[in-house]
Amino acid sequence: MAANNKNRMSVSEMIEQQKQKRKIFNQLERMIPSLLLMIASISVLTTVGIIYTLFAESVAFFRNVPILDFFTGTVLKPLSQNPEFGVLPLLNGTIISTVIAMLVAGPIGMMSAIYLSEYAPDNVRRVLKPLLEILAGVPTIVYGFFAFTFVTPLLRMVFPSIEATNILSPGIIMGVMIIPMIASLSEDAMSSVPNSMREGALALGSTKLETTFKVVIPAALSGIVASFVLGISRAIGETMIVAIASGSSKNFSFDITGSMQTMTAYIVEVAGGEAAAGTTIYYSLYAVALTLFVFTLIMNLLAKYISRKFREEY
Amino acid sequence: MSTVMTKAINLKLVRNDNERSEPEVQKEVVYDTKGLNLWYGETHALKNINMDIREKEVTAIIGPSGCGKSTYLKTLNRMVELVPIVKTSGQITYKGKNILDKSFRVEDLRTQVGMVFQKANPFPKSIYENIAYGPKIHGIKNKKILDEIVENSLRGAFIWDELKDRLNDNAYGLSGGQQQRLCIARCLAVEPNVILMDEPTSALDPKSTLRIEELVQELKKDYAIVIVTHNMQQAARISDKTAFFLNGEIIEYDKTDHIFNNPADERTGDYISGRFG
Repeated sequence: MAANNKNRMSVSEMIEQQKQKRKIFNQLERMIPSLLLMIASISVLTTVGIIYTLFAESVAFFRNVPILDFFTGTVLKPLSQNPEFGVLPLLNGTIISTVIAMLVAGPIGMMSAIYLSEYAPDNVRRVLKPLLEILAGVPTIVYGFFAFTFVTPLLRMVFPSIEATNILSPGIIMGVMIIPMIASLSEDAMSSVPNSMREGALALGSTKLETTFKVVIPAALSGIVASFVLGISRAIGETMIVAIASGSSKNFSFDITGSMQTMTAYIVEVAGGEAAAGTTIYYSLYAVALTLFVFTLIMNLLAKYISRKFREEY
Repeated sequence: MSTVMTKAINLKLVRNDNERSEPEVQKEVVYDTKGLNLWYGETHALKNINMDIREKEVTAIIGPSGCGKSTYLKTLNRMVELVPIVKTSGQITYKGKNILDKSFRVEDLRTQVGMVFQKANPFPKSIYENIAYGPKIHGIKNKKILDEIVENSLRGAFIWDELKDRLNDNAYGLSGGQQQRLCIARCLAVEPNVILMDEPTSALDPKSTLRIEELVQELKKDYAIVIVTHNMQQAARISDKTAFFLNGEIIEYDKTDHIFNNPADERTGDYISGRFG
């Protein structure tokens, strides 16, 4: 070893030698932040571009249709001789389908999360959670025809007067689609609550259920709210299921056994039809898309506010 | 003492000696442990534990890491069952009832037996809500009564003056020592009979440790206190009785004075003088 040491240069000498070679790397190193910034801004720029297009084309639409008529109109007849463009039927369809979906996904997702995080033995959780997440990977078109060909006939046993296309069955199926998202994200939030808090509650004589509802869930609330909001956003933006199973009736009604159209399904219908560029019906696409965008934006801001308000820091 | 004698008899004789030499009133037994064995899966963690714990006394449990002292403490409020592979035999009588009996409702036991943990574990709620939590889950809803309980509990833990103006602040804004005293106050809010403390000062600085020790001295006027500690000086300072655990067995259980000044077993002496552990 000693002989070896004599033959080669000392480490500091070698480092000195390498320094020359490293110069070019150092320059690259300095450029890295700006390079990464450019890459990161791609998605921001895309968003800005989309918003710009939405606004620009919507302005063209609102030149033909007064903005007040659009947002307060309950009649949507884009193809009639005297077309009317009231967005409320679409807004109504979107809200009703989202409410139905969340009524299904909220409780079931939450209970699944409670079971997985607080009650399930380790080995059960290890099997169940990935299984649940597979459900989230089913293509929505599959859910769509499932709603149309399976759930609607099933619902007919309960509501004999239900229409072949209706808002109830895609609403339920959207809920089923969202369950894994809520269950998985809420479970993550609850599992990350430190065990010492559960012990503290149990040691005071709380039952497991009391511990779950009064200590664990409040501590995980911001994560749970976030999962619900993501679920709602997903329901609002969901397209395929409603386009297939809810038909294209543009009536402003609250009958959940009847057909309704959501904003997304309208966009599919119009974009898939023969709306010639430059016509009012073509521009209506953008107005509806803008409404949808604002809608989800408000949801996300609301969620941020709620989760900050209820956050329990630990 | 003859070395031929079994440890159990040995202990008994020592205890009888004490009773004879000091005819003062014996305090009432709160916990009576008889032949307790406990296994974590295949590991025999507690071996034939016999020990009684009396009210209005501080009982310290000392011993090297892994000797079973925390396990024994957690058996006293059955928190040990949070580890699913635990099995027990023998009995622990609390107020005349065997708490290891599966039909015994653990929530009732834990309401009467408070616990303070090694690391302060307040809930991520306000100071007020932390204290009010226990009474609330046991059905006390009246705001006025809760206010009173919160004040009394914080006073009981000698932390009222520090915290009375910030009851709505999050408990995680407090210092480590304050958090630990808050946890003790949280315990007091349900008016337990016994307080179990699992190395309550091991994460605290000397000043906070001193305050907790003073608090323990005050609390023992009303409560039976069992404290597990790594700190032998602490055991010597604050406890009335000390049990020395080694490898899941009780080597010696006696008045703290005897244990520290005149231990009956050689291993106790070795441990106390710092020869191992």
